[in-house]
Parts: sequence; C-alpha cells; structure tokens
Amino acid sequence: MQSEGKSERKIRVLIAKPGLDSHDRGAKVVARALRDAGMEVIYTGLRQTPEQIVETALQEDVDVIGLSILSGAHMALFPRIMELLKEKGLTDVLVFAGGIIPEEDIPELKKIGIREVFGPGTPTDKIVKYVLENAPKREH
Amino acid sequence: MSKVEEIAKGVLAGDKRSIAKAITIVENKPEEAQRLIAAIYPHTGKAHIIGLTGPGGAGKSTLIEKMVREYRRRGKTVGVIAVDPTSPFTGGAFLGDRIRMQELTMDEGVFIRSMATRNNPGGIAKATKDAVKILDAAGKDVIIVETVGAGQSEVDIVKVAQTVVVVHAPGLGDEIQAIKAGLMEIADIFVVNKADRENADKTVIDIQAVLQLDDRVKAWNPPIVKTVAVTGEGVPQLLDKIEEHRQFLQRELLQKRSWEKAQAELVEAIRDKVTSSIIEKLKREKRFEKILQQIVNREIDPATAAEKLLNQEME
Ligand SMILES: Nc1nc2c(ncn2[C@@H]2O[C@H](COP(=O)(O)OP(=O)(O)O)[C@@H](O)[C@H]2O)c(=O)[nH]1
Ligand SMILES: [Mg+2]
Repeated sequence: MQSEGKSERKIRVLIAKPGLDSHDRGAKVVARALRDAGMEVIYTGLRQTPEQIVETALQEDVDVIGLSILSGAHMALFPRIMELLKEKGLTDVLVFAGGIIPEEDIPELKKIGIREVFGPGTPTDKIVKYVLENAPKREH
Repeated sequence: MSKVEEIAKGVLAGDKRSIAKAITIVENKPEEAQRLIAAIYPHTGKAHIIGLTGPGGAGKSTLIEKMVREYRRRGKTVGVIAVDPTSPFTGGAFLGDRIRMQELTMDEGVFIRSMATRNNPGGIAKATKDAVKILDAAGKDVIIVETVGAGQSEVDIVKVAQTVVVVHAPGLGDEIQAIKAGLMEIADIFVVNKADRENADKTVIDIQAVLQLDDRVKAWNPPIVKTVAVTGEGVPQLLDKIEEHRQFLQRELLQKRSWEKAQAELVEAIRDKVTSSIIEKLKREKRFEKILQQIVNREIDPATAAEKLLNQEME
C-alpha cells in the first residue's frame, strides 16, 4: 500500500560511537555528509554502551544506524548491539559500520547482520550513496 | 485493529516503541496523524509543558539534562523534544542536542526525541505540537521542548508551551538584541546560564533593564534565575519557579490559555480543510486548466489568476 496522504519520509540516521574511543572526527565527518545529502542525523556522542545505542535508535525511530569504532572492541560490542536490536524488534534497521576494523573480521560481522563495513579513508560519497540506496522503505 | 489504532493503544500504555512510531507518523503522514491524535486526545491535558528557548550555545540542552534529573528526583516522569533547524539548502539536519542528554537514555521514566523543523515557516516543527500530545497521552508528567532560532520560531513556542523559559548566557554578544525583541514578550521565566562566568551579572542587569521598560501591570512578573548547567547549580530553584508559574496558571490562566490554544488549533484545522477542499474542487473544473494554460503562456500572472478563480467561486 502506498502511503495515505502525502508523505515526505526523511531518512533518519543514528551515528553512534560504541566503546571507549577518545575522538570522533570520522563519525562527525560521516554525520555531516549524510546531513548534506538531506538526511536527519542524530549523533550520540562518545562512549556509548550497546544498551544506550539501541535505546536511542528505538526512541528516535531511525531507519539506519552507523557504528563508528576505532578501539578494536567491535567483536565484543557489535554482536551485543545486534542482539539487543533483535530483542527490541528493531530488525528492519539498516546497520553499517566504519572505523578501524580488520579485513578478517568482516565476514563474521556480516553474518551477525552488519550489512556493510567501511574502512578508514572511505570517501564519504560512497557511504552516502550506500545509505541512500539501502535505507529501508518503511511504512511506519 | 488498524496499525494506527494499535500504535495509539501502545502510546496510551506508555510503550516506548509505540511512542516513537507515533511521532514518526505525525512527522510524515498528516491523515494518519489526524486519526492517531483523535484516538489519544481524550487522554491529553495532564502534562505540564515547558518550552525552553534562546540563542544557540546558551546551554539549553545541558540545562535540560540537569532539569530532567531534578524532576526525576522529585518523582516525575519526563518527555523531551529537542528541535533543531533543517538546512534550507539540503533539507537535512544535524540533531545534536541529544549528545548532552545521553546519560538519561536508559532511564525508564524519560523519553527523548529529536526533531527537525522541516522548513516549517513557523520555525518550530508543525509536528511538535502533536509529538507533545503523544508524550502527554503516554503519561509523562512534564514535557520539555527545546527550540533554537531567531525571532518567529521562539514566539511560536508559546503555542505549544504553558511555561516559556528563555535561556541566555554571557558572552553571546549581539544575541541580547534577540532578547530585546520577541523573546521579552513571551518569557515567563528568564535563565541566565553560565553563571560561573564573571560577566553573568552584567547579563542579569541587561535583562532587568529591558524588563523595566515594560511598565504594564502584570499578574506574573518573570523572574530571572541564575544557573550553571554544567554543575546543576540553580536548577532546583529553576524548577521551583516553574512550579510557581504552573500554579499561577492553574489559578488564573490555565482556563483562558487552553481556550485560546483550542481556538488557534481549531482555526488552523478549519483553514487546512477549507483550503484543500477548495483546491480539490477547483482542480476538477475546466476553467482551472484554462487559466493554467494562460499562466504558462504568460498571459496572466499566478496571483491575478488565483484571484480570478476565487472571485468566480464566490459569485
Ligand atoms: N561554563 C559553562 N559552560 C556551559 C554551561 N552550560 C553549558 N555550557 C557549555 O556551553 C556549550 C553549549 O551548550 P548546549 O547545551 O549545547 O547549548 P544549546 O545550544 O543552548 O543547547 C557546551 O559546550 C556546554 O558544555 C555553564 O553553565 N557554564
Ligand atoms: Mg541544544
């Protein structure tokens, strides 16, 4: 069913920083690029627990979550985030990751539902294009 | 049960996912929004709605975080709506207020939602009013709406809030001009934040000076409260003033304000309906297309054409 009435659905994105990273330059650059592409971007700030990230995604009803991590704790934190998303019924949210993530970890991350992983230095256009093409088209 | 009914039911039960979905609906789908609001409306009117406005960087978001903590200490549940401007060029928005409030996220008695203005001329997102109703119906005792901007948008906040708090801080330079303009009129309470800075008293004096220009006799004289949002200093006093204002409203103004608010909302609803029904009707008529062609041919300008169409409509 197409929407009732006119709907101008904006893509809402949460950019989240799990773990103990001490800077967020990369996350902010991505946030800005997504905003400049017409999206509404919510940023959590540093040092978020998986629980806080998922709760924020729920309250803000986002379509997309971008996880940015530099500390190397992704294999500990990402599975917990994906598990909590499932628990809360947020299964239609597109999740991607960026930061410093070794090549060999990527297959495992994809298996748990992280749809794409962008390495350091990925041009922001590429991330914007990916989000525009893959954000879920939700009815509610 | 339809999806909208299901969400409305969830809202009334205080379910957070439903609240979140409901706010998405009022942001995106006017018709479903109307059905949703109709379903929850009988359960609204219990919350105290506080508008917080003032220049960017004054410390509003930081202050809200401390206010919420104090409300929680006092046993109240709280909803926060943080509105940020949509970029007129890209249509996107960076919703950054939440960064200062993230520590509240795991509190079951708190719900925070960021919204963009979506280029609504009034500045404050049109959906904000409905979002407030949703949080109200969901049982939040206090709802705080944060807006930033210049001029009209701050004035618009009155239509949503029962108590308007205008936040200022030293060192924001020309922003005091904005206070002199629209903000003076709408403030129920002034906050001078960043009272840890030495020139804070100068800001207090500036505000007092402007307030003294207004010699009308008033039932409520806006107090000035000094706060340090980063430490929470002054926040209990601010909440006490807000409570005083709430009681004042209850005594004298609540009745009148809700009457005016209801009238404004009714007029707006009528305007929406009338406009769209006229347009729909006109569109079905032959002369609509004819005059459209004339505009395309540059034989007539759109404003004159509209006048012509509407005049014939009246006859
Ligand atoms: N010195 C000082 N800085 C503050 C105070 N309150 C907020 N700030 C800082 O002012 C900046 C802007 O705060 P924010 O809450 O985002 O302001 P908003 O734009 O009005 O929401 C942040 O860096 C805060 O840490 C305060 O009471 N004293
Ligand atoms: Mg703010």
